[in-house]
Amino acid sequence: MNLMMLLEMATSGFGDRVAVRSGAASLTYSQLFEAAGAAAQEIATSGCERMALLDVSSLAVPVGLFASAWAGVPFVPLNYRLTGAELERLVTEIAPSYLITDTDRAEALSKLPGATVVTRERFLERATSGAAGEPSWPMDPEEIAILLFTSGTTGPPKAALLRHKHLVSYILGSVEFAAADEEDAVLVSVPPYHVAGMAAIASSVYAGRRIVQLPDFDAAAWLELARAQRVTNAFVVPTMLARVIDALSDAESANLPHLRALSYGGGKMPLAVIERAMKLFPDTDFTNAYGLTETSSTISLLGPDDHRAAAGSDDPEIRRRLTSVGRPLPSVEVQIRDEEGKALGPGERGEIYVRGEQVSGEYLGRGSTLDSEGWFPTRDSGSMDGEGHIFIEGRADDVIVRGGENMSPGEIEDVLLEHDAVADAAVVGIPDEQWGEAVAAAVVTQPGCSVSEEEIRNWVKARLRSSRTPQRIDFRDALPYNELGKLLRRKLRAEMLGDGT
Amino acid sequence: MAQLKAGTRMRSAVCATEVMVVTAPAEDVEVTCGGVAMIAIGEDPPAGASLSPDSAKGSALGKRYVNEAGDLELLCTKPGEGSLGVGGALLSLKEAKPLPSSD
Repeated sequence: MNLMMLLEMATSGFGDRVAVRSGAASLTYSQLFEAAGAAAQEIATSGCERMALLDVSSLAVPVGLFASAWAGVPFVPLNYRLTGAELERLVTEIAPSYLITDTDRAEALSKLPGATVVTRERFLERATSGAAGEPSWPMDPEEIAILLFTSGTTGPPKAALLRHKHLVSYILGSVEFAAADEEDAVLVSVPPYHVAGMAAIASSVYAGRRIVQLPDFDAAAWLELARAQRVTNAFVVPTMLARVIDALSDAESANLPHLRALSYGGGKMPLAVIERAMKLFPDTDFTNAYGLTETSSTISLLGPDDHRAAAGSDDPEIRRRLTSVGRPLPSVEVQIRDEEGKALGPGERGEIYVRGEQVSGEYLGRGSTLDSEGWFPTRDSGSMDGEGHIFIEGRADDVIVRGGENMSPGEIEDVLLEHDAVADAAVVGIPDEQWGEAVAAAVVTQPGCSVSEEEIRNWVKARLRSSRTPQRIDFRDALPYNELGKLLRRKLRAEMLGDGT
Repeated sequence: MAQLKAGTRMRSAVCATEVMVVTAPAEDVEVTCGGVAMIAIGEDPPAGASLSPDSAKGSALGKRYVNEAGDLELLCTKPGEGSLGVGGALLSLKEAKPLPSSD
């Protein structure tokens, strides 16, 4: 098994179709195949053991990914927002590497030991002018395809390791070969260092769906590109969707007649955002995808029919499904377990465990975190209803333990967000002498609105058990998020503790 | 007869078909294409092997083929003239329920 098998099939099935477009430049599947082969020879000649990429989306990303697979070295997309010492540590960890980057960064990076630095332009020039050589790549399914440093919201970054068997299993389990129509195009605006950016390449190549890259997300640019390229599919993180909607608020209609399907994931989607999006794009199919870096991307889906059924229902149990991440893929199993590892029943809260061929759960230099039966502890907490819909409540590490009672910030945040005057809210645990931990809420009010602490406490008290009522409430202008819209809960907690003393 | 495992690749001895094993049965089986036992990718076909007219409906790129028991699934990675079979029965085309695209 090797990712190259997917590209080889695409090349023989529909080689003349455009595989990927970036600005005015594009590559057909045949050209991508040839470029991967030529670049693979470059890697082999360099003697490097990894191919890294510190750059925004460009044609160099799919070429680099498949060239790595062809050459039998891991592909390592790095976060281009990292700087200085952090970046140096990662480059040292993956040495010796063949490192693709932009012109601005090339010189500084050349000084790092163990990195053979090449600019994106030079890399693409060599790849597209060279010859592919014999089409032969390692078929050992255990070979490492991708190393992805996880975002590190709960600690220093560690490299999740995805083998060819994980990624190929994911694709075979979730994508039908050549399923896309000739005109189909998917707009990819997540960066290459996000697992969704990597999965988008493999899925789209196998489906035969043209990739349209948007290197730096911006709502106006996203809309413009979607219209100009007649984009039929797109994947966004929740923050991107919120910005797209804001950019549309003055316009009469969304005016994206070709956009058939919009999938989202990578963080919690606010109910208000998805409800507005469904009204603005009534003919678009919405899909919520839940997955982790360690699971080769998606493990569960809330599909278009589920979205419409939930949005159109008066039954609160069914309507609530709009906040669910859907049901597990047919090729994976999901369990909710308590702290002792015992499987829980419908509606019971615990940690989410997942098992399947696509699940890696392994980190570079740290080994596997799978249990003896192959289950991966996601460290996400949540529950599953009687029909298998999964509800995520947050990271297990964020659980607040108040007087021996466990509570997820998510359930309190959901209630806070239902208040008309609340624009954004987050809940963290802070040290408390009496209870061990106390519930602290950070609240951002809607522009022009105000609400008292008293009113917020009463609002929560009327809807949840009294232990959930925030002991402390801070009003803030904004909450801290990373560039992909993930709440930086540890940072918020540190800031709140700093404020209080 | 051979013990198959997921990821194993085989080629037809009588046409251009190549497959990869997606799901393998626990017991040893002999997978055929065009009525003749399939061989390893680098292996030479046996002398005189020819496509059987009973097994000549062809294999299609990217399609999956399954046996009746459902414990053998093959992915066609290169198409050819021969039909895939096991234990004397032809494999059937797997009808996959399409999932919405998620990335």
